[in-house]
Amino acid sequence: MPEMPATFRSEPAKVIRVLSDDGTLDPRHDPRLSEADVVEIYRWMVTTRQLDQRLVALQRQGRIGFHVGSLGEEASIIGSAFAMRKTDWLFPCYREFGAALMRGLGLQTFMDNMFGNGNDTVQGRQMPNHITSRETGFTSVSSPVGTQITQAVGFSWGAKIDGKDVASLVYFGDGATSSTDFHSGMNFAGVFKVPVVFFCRNNGWAISVPAERQTATRTFAEKAAAYGIPGVRVDGNDIFAVVSVVREAVRRGEQGLGPTLVEAVTYRMGGHSTNDDPNRYREAGDLKPWAERDPLALTRQYLERRKLWDDRAELAHIADIDQRFREAVAVAERTPPPNLESMFEDVYQKPPWHLQEQSADLLRGPRAPSGH
Amino acid sequence: MPQMNMVMAVNEALRSAMRRDKRVVVMGEDVGKVGGVFRVTAGLSEEFGEERVIDTPLSENGIVGCAVGMALYGMVPVVEIQFADFIWPAYDQIVNELAKYRYRSGGEYPAKLVIRTPVGGGIKGGHYHSQHPESAFIHVAGLKVVCPSNPYDAKGLLLASIQDPDPVLFFEPKRVYRAAKGEVPENDYLVPLSSAKVVRPGRHVTVLAYGAMLYEALDAAAKAAEKGVEAEVIDLRTLWPVDIATIVTSVKHTGRLVVVHEAPRTCGFGAELVSLVVERCFYHLEAPPVRVTGFDTPFPYTLEMEYLPLSHRILPALLDAARS
Repeated sequence: MPEMPATFRSEPAKVIRVLSDDGTLDPRHDPRLSEADVVEIYRWMVTTRQLDQRLVALQRQGRIGFHVGSLGEEASIIGSAFAMRKTDWLFPCYREFGAALMRGLGLQTFMDNMFGNGNDTVQGRQMPNHITSRETGFTSVSSPVGTQITQAVGFSWGAKIDGKDVASLVYFGDGATSSTDFHSGMNFAGVFKVPVVFFCRNNGWAISVPAERQTATRTFAEKAAAYGIPGVRVDGNDIFAVVSVVREAVRRGEQGLGPTLVEAVTYRMGGHSTNDDPNRYREAGDLKPWAERDPLALTRQYLERRKLWDDRAELAHIADIDQRFREAVAVAERTPPPNLESMFEDVYQKPPWHLQEQSADLLRGPRAPSGH
Repeated sequence: MPQMNMVMAVNEALRSAMRRDKRVVVMGEDVGKVGGVFRVTAGLSEEFGEERVIDTPLSENGIVGCAVGMALYGMVPVVEIQFADFIWPAYDQIVNELAKYRYRSGGEYPAKLVIRTPVGGGIKGGHYHSQHPESAFIHVAGLKVVCPSNPYDAKGLLLASIQDPDPVLFFEPKRVYRAAKGEVPENDYLVPLSSAKVVRPGRHVTVLAYGAMLYEALDAAAKAAEKGVEAEVIDLRTLWPVDIATIVTSVKHTGRLVVVHEAPRTCGFGAELVSLVVERCFYHLEAPPVRVTGFDTPFPYTLEMEYLPLSHRILPALLDAARS
């Protein structure tokens, strides 16, 4: 095993927690976040959840086609993205719109994507939530599970060849640890000492299949040993612990020590997506222990104990989100769909003859009956 | 002008591209010290170091997945897949990621890379060192597919493929890696993509071929000429997007079409070529288009010369087409 820094010298099964039940922080792993940092992280967690709830409602009303949310996983998503440097890159799975917004993706741009309208930066070519945001260092969401893992490795590897210090954080779930790309990505990154943070959100479920069906190992973190890299388990609902281990992983990368696997232990409190009903495969009681450790409640409790947050701040923040959301939805909803020609653009840099022909055929021909 | 074989010409192109552009990296299995199992990357590791000529772990999925990531960063990876037969673990990355990245990101992330891989049979390679899988890539929106037949084109097309803004599958016909020789300029030059070449003019029948089978088509055309049939042989060079104008001009002139390829017939590239020609040249056709191809079987070992659409099978097809 390679030498591990002090923060990771723990039993594989032990989960690193920083925020204790009495509201104090464990000094061994305390990331020493400023009060303003904690407030900012919390605000983005609330924003994420509020948007999730509203987007699910829009889907139920038939106004958007789909939503895949992050209910219960906000601390691991926002905390990990917060821990990365501005120059680092995020490789999303598909539940990380909150991280993109925190890094600067505009709410209107996000909403245009949710509606797949003509202002959508990807021209309605992808399902909702499949966002792209190069300017915020956020790649492009694809639905196949795990494919982003090797890409994150290649990205930082390319930077390394280019003489630049750029770490990548790649999001994936417990299900993706069964994918070929997980193995390839971990293996390549280990061999070439690429500064990647493999951030596995163990949320207990891959649609309806429980985490125990993905592996016979006791933890996901211990898989790192097979690749000669450190693996660490962290309480994914504890923003302090998440920020701490991700920062430590980035520091290792900076020092040329290569990648780190982080297993964030959390829980998918909702369905897989709006197309899924978790009541069909899990007991009502399963949710209870996790609801008691709701990451928003834990963080808010910490803030309230220090008089950094209260009901009034919460209501004001939610009112602000609500207003901005309504405005963005109104604009997105009345924006016309993408032009027909846009279907043929960006397949190649310039449309070759066959796409020009097909585009002309489509424009000449009859329109689909159902509208867009 | 120096004489080269295709291995040397591809090597020249790689060396030149790497000298000119620091973003170009070569990666694959055995491409480093040993210079590739066909020696195509010989000497590159010595000149450019192991950081840019990367011997990777044995995982095509890992190689292409990482190469896509490098391309997103802004590098220009030139990947070698040791045999096209081994490309399938990378197919998800090629089809769902590489080919779609520009499209699904609205042009924010053009993932530019080249995948070079030896294709084709006739080298006693059996199922797993002989396949010619172009159709599976031509069918994927967003990819370009190239297959040179000679050293001059190999160098010029590879340089053009590396410069091209879109991802390119570069299929190297290994049966003629060393057998095809010719003059290759020392300086850089480009053979533009999507430009076919009429390598033998003729007026009675058009023959479309590429890669190693071009030589079989030329051999059949020479024998047909002895019997008074003048075949026009076109080397497609770029398979997709194919140079449709050159094909249509030729078929309108000859009124007859024979397509030759090693890959299995059903849903092979020949099916698309015939459709394209029928759609455009129906009233010029004087005989049914003919496909001379590999069979719809796995590629055989002992009987490989019976499987391949060699000159002896092309000649009768060509004579029949011309005389019907």
